[in-house]
Amino acid sequence: MDFSELPDDELWLQMQDDLYDGMKPEVTQETKEALRRGYKPTDVLEKGLVAGMDIVGVDFRDGVLFVPEVLMAANAMKSGMEILRPLLTETGAPRVGTVVIGTVKGDIHDIGKNLVGMMLEGAGFEVINLGVNCDADKFIEAIKTHKPDIIGMSALLTTTMPYMKVITQALIDERLREDIYVMAGGAPVSENFAMSIGADAYGRDAATSVEIAKAHMVVVNKQAALDKARLAI
Amino acid sequence: MNNRFLNLLAEAQAERSHVMVDGGMGSMLMAAGLVFGDPPDQWNILPDKQAKVRAVYRGYLDAGSQIILTNSFGGTPFRLKMHNLDGKTFDINKAAAELARLEAGERVVAGSMGPSGELFEPMGKLTYAHAVAGFARQAEGLAAGGVDVFWVETMSDLDEVRAAVEGARQAAPNIPVVTTMTFETRGFTMMGVSPAQAITELAKLNVAAIGANCGNGPDELEATIFAMHRELPEMTVVAKGNAGMPQMVDGKAVYNATPDVMGGFARRFRAFGATIIGACCGSTPDHIRLMAHQLGAFPALDPASLQLSVPLPERKVLSSDRRERRAQR
Repeated sequence: MDFSELPDDELWLQMQDDLYDGMKPEVTQETKEALRRGYKPTDVLEKGLVAGMDIVGVDFRDGVLFVPEVLMAANAMKSGMEILRPLLTETGAPRVGTVVIGTVKGDIHDIGKNLVGMMLEGAGFEVINLGVNCDADKFIEAIKTHKPDIIGMSALLTTTMPYMKVITQALIDERLREDIYVMAGGAPVSENFAMSIGADAYGRDAATSVEIAKAHMVVVNKQAALDKARLAI
Repeated sequence: MNNRFLNLLAEAQAERSHVMVDGGMGSMLMAAGLVFGDPPDQWNILPDKQAKVRAVYRGYLDAGSQIILTNSFGGTPFRLKMHNLDGKTFDINKAAAELARLEAGERVVAGSMGPSGELFEPMGKLTYAHAVAGFARQAEGLAAGGVDVFWVETMSDLDEVRAAVEGARQAAPNIPVVTTMTFETRGFTMMGVSPAQAITELAKLNVAAIGANCGNGPDELEATIFAMHRELPEMTVVAKGNAGMPQMVDGKAVYNATPDVMGGFARRFRAFGATIIGACCGSTPDHIRLMAHQLGAFPALDPASLQLSVPLPERKVLSSDRRERRAQR
C-alpha cells in the first residue's frame, strides 16, 4: 500500500472509504501519510476519521450498514486515533465534551452501547465507558470523578430497562441531575420510555445519539459563553 | 424415535393445524416480584421462588400452551457469570427443566437457550469453540432435566445460532432443536440477517423448526413470518413475538399490545405461514388464551385476501459513487 502518490483530496477520500470498509492497516497508513504531509492532527481527525465515521453513522441509521460493519469501521478508526491521540493532547486540541456511558444493572449487553461510545469518540468526545451491569452508585461515582456533560444509559432487556429510573432518581437524590444531560438507549427503549423515566433524550441509534450529544454541547458552550460575557460586564 | 415434540408437530401437520407455544417468562417473573437486574434463572434453584416459576408454567399450560419454554433464557455460563453463578450452570438449567416437567406432565417442555450477550471474533472476543462449549454446558443441564426439545431463541448472529445448535447436539444428539432469531432492526436482526437468509442458512442445520421471536410487535412480526415462509414453504415456522413495545407506567414496563390485539394477530401469523404460535416479552396467559381461542374457534384466513401491516424489509444498497470507487480499486 503506497498512498504517497495520491493527491491530498483523494487521500482523504481513500481514508474515508477504507474506514467505511473497516480496513485497519490502510487507515493506520493513511493517518501517518497525512501527518507526513504536514497536516495538523486536528485536520487529520476531522477530514479523515470523523468525516469517514460520519458516513458510517448515517448509513447505519439508514439501514445500509449493520452492527458488524460498523464495529469493523470503528476498529479501523481506533487505529488512526491511537496515532492521533498523543499528538492531539500535545497540541491542546479543544475538548468537545465528556460522556459517561454504561449498561445498567443486571444487563450484560454492551454491543450497542460500545458502538455509541466509539462513535462519540469518533466525533471527538472524551468517553468514559463503565462497562456492563452498572448500578446507580457506579454512575454517581463516575459523575463525581469525571464531571461529564452527558451520561448515557443502555439496556437490552425489558427486565433491566426499568432500572434506568433508579439511576435518574439517584441523580435527583444526589443533587446532580440539573448539571447532567441524561440519554437513554437500547433495543426495547423508546422515546416514550426515555421520557417516562426522566431522561433528557432518547438515543434511537448510534448516529442519532452522537447528533444529540453534539447538539447538547452547542447549548452548553453557548451558555458558558453567555455566562462568561455576563461576568465580564 | 419417540419424542413428544416431534409427535406433536407430526400430529399438527397431519391435521393441517397449528401448535400453541407459551408467552413471555421474564416479564411474568417481574410481575411476580423479580427485582430489576436480578437473574431470573436463579429462581429455579431458590426453594422459596420455585413455586413462582411453576406458577408461570402452569398459567401458560392452563391457557392452552402445548409447549412451555423453560426459565433458562439467561442460563448460559456467559450470562450467569455476571452474577457469579456460572459454576451453577448445570444445576440451574436442570432445575428449570425439572420444574417445567412437574407442571407439564406429558406436554412438551422446551429448553430455552438465549444469546451469550457477547460478540464473536474479530468484532468481539468470543471464539466459536468457546461458544459451543458454553452452550453445551447449558444443554447438558436441560437434557438432564428432561427437555423434549432445545429452543435456541432471540439470536442475532447466524454463527452464534450455529454454535448453540452444535453445543446442543454435543450434549444430547437425539433431542431436536428449534431456532428463532430476533428481527428488530428495520426487519433485520441486529447483525443484519434477513428473515429469508435466516431460514435458508438455519435449514442447513437440520433443525425441526425456524422462526422469529421477541422484536418490535405483531405488525412487524407478520412480515418476518411471511418472508420466511415464502423463502422455504416446507419448513415449520415459529411466530413468538412481543406483545408490542414496552412503556413505563408507574415504574413498571407495560406492553401496548393487549390480549385482544395479539388474539387478532394470531390468525394472521397462521395465514402468513406460521405453524407454531405463541408470544414473548410482555405477554401473559391471557394473551395465549385469546390467541388459542382465535385460532381454534374461527376458520383459517386466506392469505391472498390479507395485506401485510408493514412493508417487507428491504436491503438498502451502498451509494452509487461508493460502489463505483470500490469497483475501481
